[in-house]
Amino acid sequence: MNRRQFLKIAGISSVLGLGGTSVVNVLTKGRGEASHIVTDERALTAKRWAMVIDVSKFRNEEDYKKLSKACHSIHNVPDFGNPKDEIKWIWTDTYEHTFPTQPNEYIEEDIKNKPFVLLCNHCANPPCVRVCPTKATFKRPDGIVMMDQHRCIGCRFCMAACPFGARSFNYKDPRLVLKPEDENREYPTRTIGVVEKCTFCFERLAKGLIPACVEAAREIAKETGTEPGMYFGDLDDPNSEVRTVLSTHYTIRRKPELGTEPSVFYVIGGGKNA
Amino acid sequence: MRLYGGGKIIIGLIIFFFLVTFPFFLNAGKVNAKPEPKIDTPEIQKLVEKKCVESKAFMRAEHMKLLNEWRDFAVRDGQRVYVNSEGKQFTISLQNTCMHCHSNKKKFCDECHNYMAVNPYCWNCHIAPKEKES
Repeated sequence: MNRRQFLKIAGISSVLGLGGTSVVNVLTKGRGEASHIVTDERALTAKRWAMVIDVSKFRNEEDYKKLSKACHSIHNVPDFGNPKDEIKWIWTDTYEHTFPTQPNEYIEEDIKNKPFVLLCNHCANPPCVRVCPTKATFKRPDGIVMMDQHRCIGCRFCMAACPFGARSFNYKDPRLVLKPEDENREYPTRTIGVVEKCTFCFERLAKGLIPACVEAAREIAKETGTEPGMYFGDLDDPNSEVRTVLSTHYTIRRKPELGTEPSVFYVIGGGKNA
Repeated sequence: MRLYGGGKIIIGLIIFFFLVTFPFFLNAGKVNAKPEPKIDTPEIQKLVEKKCVESKAFMRAEHMKLLNEWRDFAVRDGQRVYVNSEGKQFTISLQNTCMHCHSNKKKFCDECHNYMAVNPYCWNCHIAPKEKES
C-alpha cells in the first residue's frame, strides 16, 4: 500500500465513521420529543429576592436560635460542636463584626451587646460566583446565589472571596454527626469536601413556601405579639413587602462599600414603627 | 529463523498466558447470579398504573442520562416539574420521586450497580430510603 492508497482509505473510513455517529444518535433518541419540563404553578417567583431583618423584633439569642434551628434542621446542617468544623447557614455575631465600618466608641450599650443575625447576602454582584472555577456556585435569574453541590470541587476560592463569611466547608463527612432519625429525608445532606451556604430556601420557594427562617420569625412574632422581624420579597416589585419596609425605614447593609450589593437589609433602630 | 533461548521464552509465554487468564479459569463453570432488580415495593404495588416516568426500556438504558438531566433542571434551572412523553407530570426529585416508589435501593439500584461494578456517588449526599436488612 502506498501513501496515496492509505490516505484514500483513511478518508473514506473517517467519512463513514462520522455517518455512523449520526445513525447512533438517531437510534438512541428513543424517548421522542414529547417529554419536557414546565414551571410549577405553586412556585414563588421574583426578579430579585431580598430580605429585610428588623433586629429590634428579636429579644435575645434564644430567638435567633429558633431561626437557625428551623433552617439547620430542614437542611440537614450538621453540628460538630467545635468552631473549626462549624457549618453555618444562618448564625449570629456582634454589631462590630456585622458592620465593621460603622463602629463608634460611644454607641448605645444595647446595640453594642446585641447579637445580629447573619446569612448569605445573595449579592447582586457576588464575588463568590466570579471566582468559582466550575460554576458550582452561580446566580439564578431570580437573584439567588445558588450552590450546585454536584459540581463543587472544594477549592474554597468562594470562601476566600466572600466578604461576609457566609460559606462553610465540609472538612468532615456531615453524616458522622447527623443522626438518621433527625435527618430531613426530603432534603439531601452534603458530602465531605464541598462548600455550602444558605440558598434562600430555593427548594421551598419552588413549592410555594417562604424561607424557613422567615416562617420561624413569624412564629416568634405570634408569641411576642409584634410585627415579624423578617420580611422576604421581590426587590424589583415596588409593591412588595420588602420594598414597603425599605421605603418607610432607615436600613443598612453589610459592607456596602465593597460594591457586592447585598440583598439582605437591616433595620437597626427599633422604636414603635421600626 | 532460529529462536534463541526458545525454551525459556515459550515457558515464559505459557506462564504469562496462565496468569492473564487466571480469573477466567477460576470462575469457569460457576454460575454467576444475574442481577434481578426488584420492583415489588409496597409503594409500587399500590399504584393503579404501574409505570415509571418513562418506558421500561428507556429507563433501563437511559436512566443515568435522565437523572443527569433532572439534576440540571432542578438545581441549575430551578424547574421541578417533568412532563413525560405521555403528558403525565412528575416532581423532579431523586429522593422524593424516584425513591418514593423504588424504596428498595439495595434490591433495585445496588443490584445492577454492584454487578456492573459501577459506583455512582448519588448516595454520598442524597439520603437513601430506610429499608429492612434482608
